[in-house]
Amino acid sequence: MIDNPNTGMSLIVKTITRLTVGLILLFGIYIVLHGHLSPGGGFAGGVIIALSFIHLMLAFGKEAVASKISTRLASNLESIGALMFLGIALMGFFGGSFFLNILNKGLPFNLFSAGTIPLSNIAISLKVGIGLLAIFLALVILENVKKEK
Amino acid sequence: MTLYFLCLVLFCVGLYGVLRKRNLVKIIIGLGIIEYSMNLFFVLLGYRFHGRAPIDAQGQDILNMVDPLPQALVLTSIVIGLAVTALLISIAIKIYEKYGTFDITKIKRLKG
Amino acid sequence: MNITSIIPLFVIIPLFSAFFISLIGKFVKRGIVGGISAAACFLLLILSLCGLAALRSAAGGVLVYKVGGWVPPFGICMVLDGLSAFMLVTVNLIAFFVCIYSLSYMEKYTDKPKFFTLFFLMLTGMNGLIATGDLFNLYVFLEIASIASYALVAFGTEAEELEASFKYAIMGSIASSFIFIGIAFLYSYTSTLNMADMAGILSAKPDTWVISFVTVLFLMGFGLKAALVPFHAWLPDAHPAAPASISAMLSGVLIKALGVYAMIRILFNVIGMTSAYLTTLMFLGALSMLVAVILALSQWDLKRLLAYHSISQIGYVILGIGLGTPLGILGGLFHLFNHSVFKSLLFLNSGAIDYSADTRDLKEMSGLKEKMPVTAATNLVASMSIAGIPPFNGFFSKLIIIFACIQKGHMGYALAAVIGSILTLASFMKVQKYAFLGELKEKYKDIKEVPFFMKFAMVGLAVICIVGGLLLLPPLKFFLSDAVNVLLEGRNYAHIVLEAASK
Repeated sequence: MIDNPNTGMSLIVKTITRLTVGLILLFGIYIVLHGHLSPGGGFAGGVIIALSFIHLMLAFGKEAVASKISTRLASNLESIGALMFLGIALMGFFGGSFFLNILNKGLPFNLFSAGTIPLSNIAISLKVGIGLLAIFLALVILENVKKEK
Repeated sequence: MTLYFLCLVLFCVGLYGVLRKRNLVKIIIGLGIIEYSMNLFFVLLGYRFHGRAPIDAQGQDILNMVDPLPQALVLTSIVIGLAVTALLISIAIKIYEKYGTFDITKIKRLKG
Repeated sequence: MNITSIIPLFVIIPLFSAFFISLIGKFVKRGIVGGISAAACFLLLILSLCGLAALRSAAGGVLVYKVGGWVPPFGICMVLDGLSAFMLVTVNLIAFFVCIYSLSYMEKYTDKPKFFTLFFLMLTGMNGLIATGDLFNLYVFLEIASIASYALVAFGTEAEELEASFKYAIMGSIASSFIFIGIAFLYSYTSTLNMADMAGILSAKPDTWVISFVTVLFLMGFGLKAALVPFHAWLPDAHPAAPASISAMLSGVLIKALGVYAMIRILFNVIGMTSAYLTTLMFLGALSMLVAVILALSQWDLKRLLAYHSISQIGYVILGIGLGTPLGILGGLFHLFNHSVFKSLLFLNSGAIDYSADTRDLKEMSGLKEKMPVTAATNLVASMSIAGIPPFNGFFSKLIIIFACIQKGHMGYALAAVIGSILTLASFMKVQKYAFLGELKEKYKDIKEVPFFMKFAMVGLAVICIVGGLLLLPPLKFFLSDAVNVLLEGRNYAHIVLEAASK
C-alpha cells in the first residue's frame, strides 16, 4: 500500500518524507516541552506535531493516516485534552485561587521548573494538534464523499 | 512610522479582497489578510528603541527588551483566526455541494 | 474559600459540560445527555441568583476575584458588580428555558450531543464576557461566543442556512478585527489592559484624538454585534435560518451580552461619556427603531418578521441608555430584560409552529388556535407585551423610556418611540390574525400540541412576562437600580474595584 505508485506523490517525495517526518515530530515535542524556557509553547508545538501527520497524509495519500485515526477517535482525544487543561486549572482551587501555580517551582532555567506551566503546555498541544488533524481529516473525507456522487 | 502605514496598506488590500471579489475562496483569503495585518500592527506597537528579543537566558542582563505582552496576545489572536478560517472553509465546501457554484452573484436565495 | 469563589464557576461549569458531553455523547443513552445539560443550566441559574444575593451584603457593592492570586493590575480579575449581576441573571434564565425547550425540539435535527457542546461553548463565552474585568479577556470570550454562534446558525446544513451563516461569519469577523484595533490603540496609549486601571489612567490624561478614534472603532465593532442600523444587514438572514431554540438564544441574549453590554461597559466606565457620544447613541437608537419596524411591515415569513422586530427593540434600549439620565438608563435596562423574555418566547412559539405544522410562511397557516391552545395563548401574551399593552411588562419599560425623553426635552425622539410602538402593534395583530385566528385548513387536521418540555418552557416564560412589571416595586427595585448606579458613576469604577481588589 505504501509503495503504490497510484496514490500520493512521486517517489522522491516519498523517500524524503520517510526520512524527515520522524524528525519533525521530535522537533514539535521539543518545542512543547521547553515552552517555559524558549519561544514556542503549546500552540506552536501542537501545530508542528499536527503538521508531521499531515505531511504523511499528503505524501502517501490519505489511506496512510485515515485508516489508523478515525474522526471519532480524534474528537474524543480533543475533548480529553480540554478536560485535562481544565483539571490542571481546577487543581489550583486546593491552593487558594483558580489557576494558581501549586507545584514545586524549582530553580529557574531548569527543565523541571515553573510549576504547572509545562503540564498546561502539554494539554494545549494535545488539543491543538489533534484539533488541526481532525479538521484536515474531516475536509478530506468531505472531498471523498463529494467525488463519489 | 512607515511600518504602521504599510500595515494600513495591507489592511486595505484585504478589505478590497472582501468587498470586490466574486469567488467565495478569494473572500476568505481577503479576510485572512485583514486578520494578519492586525496582528502585525499589534506586535509592532511593542517595539522599544534598541530592544532585543524578550527571552530571559542565563548570564545575560535584563536590559532593553521589547514589550512581551503584545506577543502573547497575538498568539491567541492567530489561533482565533485559524479557527474562523477553518469554519469558513468547511461552510464554503458545503455551499459548493448545495448550490453548485462558488460565485456569490448566484448564491442569492435569501432576499427582502 | 470565601463567597467570591463562585465567580469563576460561571465559566467552569459550561466549559466542563461542553467537553464532557462531547466525550460521552456517543456511548450513553439519549436521555442522559439531556439530563446533564438541564442540570448544568439549572445550577447556573441558582448560582446567578446566589451571586445577586451575595452582592447585596458585600461591602462597597463590588465582589472581585483575583485569578491565580495575581493582584491587579498585573493579573486578570473577575468583577461582579450591579450591572454584571443583572446581566448574568438575564442570560442564565433564558439559557435555562431554552435548554429545556431543546430537549424535545432537537429530535427533528440530527446529532444532539454536538448541539449541546456548541450551546454550552456559547454560554461559556457570554458568561465569561459579562464577569471579566480585563479588556483582552473580554475580546477572547467575545470570539468564543461568536464562533460558536456561526457554527450553530449553520446547524441544519440546508442551502439557505449555509448562505446565511457565511454572511454572518464574514461580517462578524470584520467587526471583531475593528474591536481588536481599538484594544491595540488603547493598550499603546495607557500601557495597561485592566479595565479599572485603564479608567484611572484615562481620567488623568488629557483627551486627544486617539480617544475619539477608539470610540468610533468600538461603536462600529460592537454596533455590528448588537445589530444597530446601519450595521444590521446580517440579522434578517442569520436569525431565521438557525434552529428555533438557537434563534431565541441569539436574539434574546447574544446580541445583548456581546453588543449592548460590552459597548456600555467600555463607553461608560472606561472611556467616559461626553454629550457628543450620547447624542450619537440616541440617534442610532431612533434610526434603528423606525427603519426596522417599517421594513418588518412587508414580511410574510414569520421568523424574518421577528428578526426585524429584534433590531427595532434594541433601538429602544440604546435610545434609553443614550439619554444619560437615571430614569432613561433605568428604562433602557428594564427594556433589555423584558425584551429577552418576550422575544425568546416569540421565537420558541414559531419553533413550536414549525415542529407541528412544518411551515414558516404566514400565508399558509391559519386557524391554529383550535389544535394548539398553549402556543396560541403564550403567543397572545408575548404579542401584547412587545406592543406595550398594560399590564404586561413591555408597557412599563416603554412608558419609562418615553417619559425620560420628555423629561429631557427631546420631543422628536419621544414621538418616534410612540410611532414605533404603534407600528409594532400593527405587525403583531397581523401575526395573530394569520396564524391563529380564522378557519383551520384541510392539511392541518391532524396536528397535535407540542410535547411537554416545550410547553413547560413557553409557559414559564409567559408567567415571567405577566409578573415582570412587579420588578419596579420598592422591595425588588434593587435588581435594576444597582445596575443603573454602576453606569452613572462612570470612571469611579476604577477606585471602587481597585480598592476591593487590594483587600
